[in-house]
Amino acid sequence: MKGFGRFRQPSVIPGFGLTLGFTITYFSLIILVPITALVLRSTGLGWNGFWAAALDPRVLASLRTSFLTALIAAGINVVFGTLIAWVLVRYRFPGRRIFDAMVDLPFALPTAVAGIALTAIYAPNGFVGQWVAPLGLRIAYTPIGITIAMIFIGLPFVVRTIQPILEEASKEVEEASATLGASRLQTISRVLLPSLTPAILTGFALAFARAVGEYGSVIFIAGNIPFVSEIAPLLIVIRLEEFNYAGAAVIATVMLAISFLMLFVINLIQAWSRRRYGYGS
Amino acid sequence: MAARPHAARRASPTNEPLWVRWALILAGLVFMALFLVLPLLAVFSEALRQGIGAYVQSLQSPDALSAIRLTLLVAAIAVPLNVVFGIAASWAIAKFEFKGKAFLITLIDLPFSVSPVISGLVYVLLFGTGSVLGPWLKSYGIEILFAVPGIVLATIFVTFPFVARELIPLMQDQGTGDEEAALSLGASGWQTFWRVTLPNIKWGLLYGVLLCNARAMGEFGAVAVVSGKIRGQTTTMPLQVEMFYNEYQGTAAFALASLLALLALVTLVLKSALEWRFGDELAATGRGH
Repeated sequence: MKGFGRFRQPSVIPGFGLTLGFTITYFSLIILVPITALVLRSTGLGWNGFWAAALDPRVLASLRTSFLTALIAAGINVVFGTLIAWVLVRYRFPGRRIFDAMVDLPFALPTAVAGIALTAIYAPNGFVGQWVAPLGLRIAYTPIGITIAMIFIGLPFVVRTIQPILEEASKEVEEASATLGASRLQTISRVLLPSLTPAILTGFALAFARAVGEYGSVIFIAGNIPFVSEIAPLLIVIRLEEFNYAGAAVIATVMLAISFLMLFVINLIQAWSRRRYGYGS
Repeated sequence: MAARPHAARRASPTNEPLWVRWALILAGLVFMALFLVLPLLAVFSEALRQGIGAYVQSLQSPDALSAIRLTLLVAAIAVPLNVVFGIAASWAIAKFEFKGKAFLITLIDLPFSVSPVISGLVYVLLFGTGSVLGPWLKSYGIEILFAVPGIVLATIFVTFPFVARELIPLMQDQGTGDEEAALSLGASGWQTFWRVTLPNIKWGLLYGVLLCNARAMGEFGAVAVVSGKIRGQTTTMPLQVEMFYNEYQGTAAFALASLLALLALVTLVLKSALEWRFGDELAATGRGH
């Protein structure tokens, strides 16, 4: 009983056992047991079998495509996401609130809808595609198309992580910097940007993690050519359709391990930012 | 006098020159127009390409209607379950101090960092051929995979954190004072919840439900893996969009997609309205995901 008493601090409010018990049971049934089944199935191949499946050239190529395009997309999103957050917080212009609301569109629009819409725009006969096609540039059905879909779904993560920090940043620090003789550019690069860095890094990590796992918006525009424009989540689906369940589980386990690592890094950034700047983004 | 323009420019040392401001605004808006507005417009223009008659007609096809029915059914099961979970989890986390709380909060966010395809795959491995559970349930006539229960499970998985992560910070901000007052005045635990806590969190709860529902109705990857895509039986709206699209039925695909796009727009409008009207009754972190 002593150990249990130390596990939670005493409180007059009832319902601790009921709510925590339900939370843990529901979490175990929906999340924990199925993920355990996944890990067990991939280890069922044995050590050598696991690595043979994980290091298969087509698997490696798909992982490379997924991670490389996600990295580029997250990089572009950091630049434009920071810019959009800045513009939305600092400037007043007509239609600002509508654009502010529009930032969340990728969260609300189903990925399959985004996928076919982007394909319609960037296909060689599409709205944008017909203008770049004569220049010899193909967007849809190439890794460029994958990157564009990933930019679409990742943008709100960057904007929404930076926005609240920018809103809270006090103007006085900038005024002090200006008073001390710094130019506007110096104030932005040496005073504002460093305090935004944790939020920018978190936004980058969130956008990257989402892009790596993205499926619906990517597969329509990707073209899905093995070794060229085939993403890792699609290869999981292909392995499933071949009834190669163990092969699918191996790719999924590799991806899961990497996303847990990302989650860990995000938590580290936030802990560091709380110590350094007194807030968690 | 010659110094005046210079003085005007330096008047506000914490602001950028006007031309820089407008250049930045323009760059941001062009980027958003290209990547956010254009896809949305494309959905509606492709849907209406062959006229309003073809649009309405394609929405009345049996495939489209059964997909709409299934999507509504799945959301009607998955969203309430995650609401109950979200309330229970935030009650336990916000009203009590216990060991491992931070870890539990991280765990609740877990489904957000898992690829949708993997969210579906885990259930295929749990209930599919070669598993222990699948054949055992089948011997009792219970089908999970390639049937509605599997679709519901996969949808619950991907929408798992939405309500909880909105309510946890909100209830942590509100503290336990109101509940303690109600209890000390003789209210029972359930009375305290229904009459004190629930009214306090109602807008935050609605906010979480909106986001949860949008994702539940629009989920594609996780559902695609478990559904088996049996026409008229296990195709939700996003899956039916894919089927129409792959069969070169462009109008039908985009017409059904336009309904989902409308749902997204309605979600955004309601969400923004909640943020403007009841911003201080939502979680401080409610804007991010």
